[in-house]
Amino acid sequence: MEKVLMKGNEAVGAAAIRGGCRYFFGYPITPQNELPEYMSRELPKAGGVYLQAESEIAAINMVYGAAGCGARVMTSSSSPGIALKQEGISYIAGAELPCVIVDMMRGGPGLGGIQPGQADYYMCTRGGGNGDYRHIVYAPASIQETVDIMMESFEIAEYYRMPVMVLGDGMIGQMMEPVEFRDAPKRDLPPKDWATTGTKGKRGPNIINSLRLDPVELEEHNFHLDAKYKEVEKREVRWESFLTEDAEIVLVSYGTSARISHNAVTILREQGIRAGLIRPITLWPFPFKAFDDLGPTVKVLMSVEMSMGQMVDDIKIASAGRWPVGLHGRAGGMVPSQHDVVRDARAMLEGVA
Amino acid sequence: MPIVFEKTRGLTDKETHYCPGCTHGIIHRLVGEILEEMDLLDNSVGVAPVGCSVLAYEYFNCDMQEAAHGRAPAVATGIKRVLPDRTVFTYQGDGDLASIGMAEIVHAAHRGEKITVIFVNNAIYGMTGGQMAPTTLLGQKTTTSPYGREKSHSGSPIRISEMLATIEGAAFIERVSVHNPQHVRKAKKAIRNAFTTQQKGLGFSLVEVLSTCPTNWGMTPQDSLGWLADNMIPYFPLGNLRNPQEVDNG
Repeated sequence: MEKVLMKGNEAVGAAAIRGGCRYFFGYPITPQNELPEYMSRELPKAGGVYLQAESEIAAINMVYGAAGCGARVMTSSSSPGIALKQEGISYIAGAELPCVIVDMMRGGPGLGGIQPGQADYYMCTRGGGNGDYRHIVYAPASIQETVDIMMESFEIAEYYRMPVMVLGDGMIGQMMEPVEFRDAPKRDLPPKDWATTGTKGKRGPNIINSLRLDPVELEEHNFHLDAKYKEVEKREVRWESFLTEDAEIVLVSYGTSARISHNAVTILREQGIRAGLIRPITLWPFPFKAFDDLGPTVKVLMSVEMSMGQMVDDIKIASAGRWPVGLHGRAGGMVPSQHDVVRDARAMLEGVA
Repeated sequence: MPIVFEKTRGLTDKETHYCPGCTHGIIHRLVGEILEEMDLLDNSVGVAPVGCSVLAYEYFNCDMQEAAHGRAPAVATGIKRVLPDRTVFTYQGDGDLASIGMAEIVHAAHRGEKITVIFVNNAIYGMTGGQMAPTTLLGQKTTTSPYGREKSHSGSPIRISEMLATIEGAAFIERVSVHNPQHVRKAKKAIRNAFTTQQKGLGFSLVEVLSTCPTNWGMTPQDSLGWLADNMIPYFPLGNLRNPQEVDNG
């Protein structure tokens, strides 16, 4: 199929519809508005429904209702709006419903700004809602990768009966790149015999629910969820390693920051410094194995992120004391420059020499 | 011996957890009977709230979803948009609907969402132990208005049906009570008309049912019924506020 030039937010919409999404519930917020606008235009043509909710809270609860009926459904927002959805995400995780949530991150905290940010890492990987729950978090670094992941995300959500989050940022949402729509790998999906579609008099009632008043039963449910999460950790982790084989310094970065870090690694190599990059594609499950694969040449790790240091915590867990872990963090909508990353990488390396 | 009365197939055999004298049981039965009599049961999806009726999903004998506090109309919207030919209803109390879920109920009505809402108003938060609700009457003592609700401090009780009746998309709005058999019969008729409104695709429908809470009001069931009639009905007048022409109200 030929490549088309598309803006990130619109490409997400196109990929979602091709991935089988037929229901979208959302609420306007910058910098992701082109996505709901696209869906309002294109979903009716695909026989689906776009509905603008009264709030992000209502939108995620509409997702709950639709997902409970077995529909392929999604919502999208940006950081403060995703914060509002966290309660609903917890309920969806508790009720084991599949759905896809797109977060085009902006700077925070609070109302923050509308420029790209990556400060939702804690909220999205730790679970901003209550209780022991997890959901997959993909962090694509190009429009093509975003499209590929979006098309696959509905299959994955249904396979595990859990929310899948696609975490972009204002840059991913707003920039234009050539993309090709390729059919996503299909999973062997069981029938949705749990969905509330009316009993038709042929079965007992189905109940979509996250309430379990009996502590024994609720703990059992938590054990069940945990087993599922361990399966996801085993099977779904994704990352990309670039020039890490002989690296002395390994940058760790995702999404927009990873593109800049990739350039920084190339510049460092030109300067004779053996630099490499680990780019987590899933933020949860975090690619701990990528760090275990590192060789004895590695002296130091450095997180490059558009936050004051959130992913750096996972890198420290991955390092487990084996390497010092530094941070190049920009915030508030400021994007790292490759030269600043190079400078900090060199300084870190000299610091441990 | 001829059978003169049977429990409706609209309810499961599960024993309810409601307090003695609470009128939730009557209201459940009315909804269950209507779903059965209108032959909607096998094609319905209900949404339970958070509050005293949080376990309603165990009592209604149809597919059910349990919503977060106040979000039942949003959940019902998601269901109805996916399954427009199914009957979708919510069952919500006054804390759920009139406080935390105010945005969701107003906008579901505003969109003319083709769902039926059973709104149970007992002027108090029951499940959490008797706190003040938006519908608590002036002077009424609750655990968080121990000196009685004061207008200057907490405002006046909110009249949901009158408010929703100002909204174009709200096709059917009626307030009823279940404090005596005569009103139980009227309540059932209103619930039937609300579901008929949905069946005919005419828009949003809501029945507000004045209900008792003997436990948290600190009264006997008998006195509670009297208190409802004497105190709630004067402030929350019964009657139909919106009724589409297409629905036979006779």
